[in-house]
Amino acid sequence: MALQATVETRQLPTSQALSRIGRAVRSNRKATVGTVLLAIFIVVALFPGVIAHDSPTLDVYKPHLGLSLAHLLGTTAYGQDMFAQLVWGTQNVMIIAFTAGLATTAIAVLVGVAAAYLGGLWDASLGVLTDVLLVIPLFPLLIVIAGYAQGGSTLVLIVVITATSWSYTARQLRAQALTLRGRDFLEAARARGERKLYIIVVEVIPTMTSLIVASFLTNALYAVLFASSLQFIGLGDPNTVSWGTMLYWAQNNAALQTGQAMWALAPGACIAALGAAFALLNYAFDEIGNPALRPVRSRQIKSRQIKSRQIKGSKRRA
Amino acid sequence: MRYVLRRLGFFLLTLWAALTFNFLLPRLMPGNPALAMLGKFHGNLTPQSLNALEILFGVNTHKSLPVQYVDYLHQIATGNFGTSLDFYPASVDSVIGGAIWWTLGLVGITTVLAFVLGTGLGIVAAWRRGGRLDSLLPPVFVIASAVPYFWVGMVLVLVFGIDLHWLPYVDGYNVATDTPSLSPQFIGDALSHAILPALSLLITTIGTWILTMRNTMITTLAEDYVRMARAKGLPGWRVMLDYAARNAILPNLTGFAMSLGFVVSGAILIEYVFNYPGVGFMLLQAVQGEDYPLMQALFLLITVAVLVAILIADLATALLDPRTREAS
Repeated sequence: MALQATVETRQLPTSQALSRIGRAVRSNRKATVGTVLLAIFIVVALFPGVIAHDSPTLDVYKPHLGLSLAHLLGTTAYGQDMFAQLVWGTQNVMIIAFTAGLATTAIAVLVGVAAAYLGGLWDASLGVLTDVLLVIPLFPLLIVIAGYAQGGSTLVLIVVITATSWSYTARQLRAQALTLRGRDFLEAARARGERKLYIIVVEVIPTMTSLIVASFLTNALYAVLFASSLQFIGLGDPNTVSWGTMLYWAQNNAALQTGQAMWALAPGACIAALGAAFALLNYAFDEIGNPALRPVRSRQIKSRQIKSRQIKGSKRRA
Repeated sequence: MRYVLRRLGFFLLTLWAALTFNFLLPRLMPGNPALAMLGKFHGNLTPQSLNALEILFGVNTHKSLPVQYVDYLHQIATGNFGTSLDFYPASVDSVIGGAIWWTLGLVGITTVLAFVLGTGLGIVAAWRRGGRLDSLLPPVFVIASAVPYFWVGMVLVLVFGIDLHWLPYVDGYNVATDTPSLSPQFIGDALSHAILPALSLLITTIGTWILTMRNTMITTLAEDYVRMARAKGLPGWRVMLDYAARNAILPNLTGFAMSLGFVVSGAILIEYVFNYPGVGFMLLQAVQGEDYPLMQALFLLITVAVLVAILIADLATALLDPRTREAS
């Protein structure tokens, strides 16, 4: 995707980087919106019972109901409360987003940094593995694996998504870690006689905090999209309460054609909103890391002044 | 030349990896799933097709793994992917042959459109930095990148197909009244059926092009040779196209190769939503019907198509980017 690497050349200790991130979130509008959206979904996932009083699986209501106060989004063809399904379904999506996102990023960090730091044969073999996985189309691969597994529980989805989608991040992190090779603070650590694992974990990885956070956001976004897509085509467990399975049942019952559009629209909109939260945060990180991409406001005026000064200067020289 | 050879070598390596993965996967799964599938069809298969399936999936065999592997590679090399179980007794090859043109047409045309439109918009957005287009695009793209592909298709079906009755939204042509031929009537029918799926693909993929192009253009516009072109007093469009865009388009070309995987996955889901008779829809049918021979062949076909496209993009880069030639 077009998400550019946030190439931070300065080294910052973790705490400083995190406080920088905190400040950036407050000052960047995209980051603020993303954080608020994500916070809402986290709260809903933690306390679904407080928000939706109906059971998401009980099919005791009248089917095909429209929107009403008793059933905010109506009921499904099976007589389940759609709003309750949506609220309780948040949990499943959030678990997938965070577990798969974190696991993918962790594997990528290990592979990418190890390849860059160990060099030689390690770098060559890990690099080839990364590149091969990078070009093999992921979604067909996921479909085939899930197909042989004959559909998967949430755990299977997480494992399969994690195992296949770490390569992009690994490549970025490897490039980032390569720029660190030969830096003085690493030489110093080596001279102190630290073990390689220690150097990688304590010296190298903390310098890449912002890139790692940005990668986590991308990976979480893709985990949501991939998992929901797999659930939508019926390769998840159809009995899970989740946005993707809601879409699966909606499609199977021809919800769009039978006037039950909300059944498909609502979960899709939620996926989009959660995805947008991750994407907005990621985009904000890009802007923080690469000032050239920031929206032009005050910067434009300044560069105009610089330009006019340069033109004046060149005229004088002429 | 060395660059080209390296890319060619990488292509062969990935091809081998995909083939090997395809070989190992059913054999590694707990309780070879193909065994159950064969059990269902056992009585109905001819000995030849049974043999082909046994080689592909490694069931009912006493041969060692390396021998199986050689047999498998030989079988793939001769293009024999066995018999489809859903479309029995048609061979997998002939079943795929019927579906591939639909996908090639739909994905091919849409991808070219998305590339041309997206790159153009990206150029203009970067050129008019801070303008209306430029400030509108990033937030729109951020939302668009988070929307599931298939959901865009569903919304289009709802609005243009069901509510407005403007366009057909099921199948690749009117199955009840039309038969595939080269008559103008059929072509018109097929085109009208392609509009909504194509639009869904376009909406979901164009953002990548716009944003990559815009971001590279912004970097390129800061280069000295662009300032030099401006100083020479060249007309704005020449600076924009010949000086900036020409140099900024290379990453978009590489990006093209990288994003193909996304285009393909988008196409699979969109074909599914529209019941479009291409290879993506067929892949999902094969998975649902546990037609493993068809599924395996389609996975290989899609992978090889993506790998070839990447190779072509690599070669185009070699042709266009002088820096890759310097190495030799």
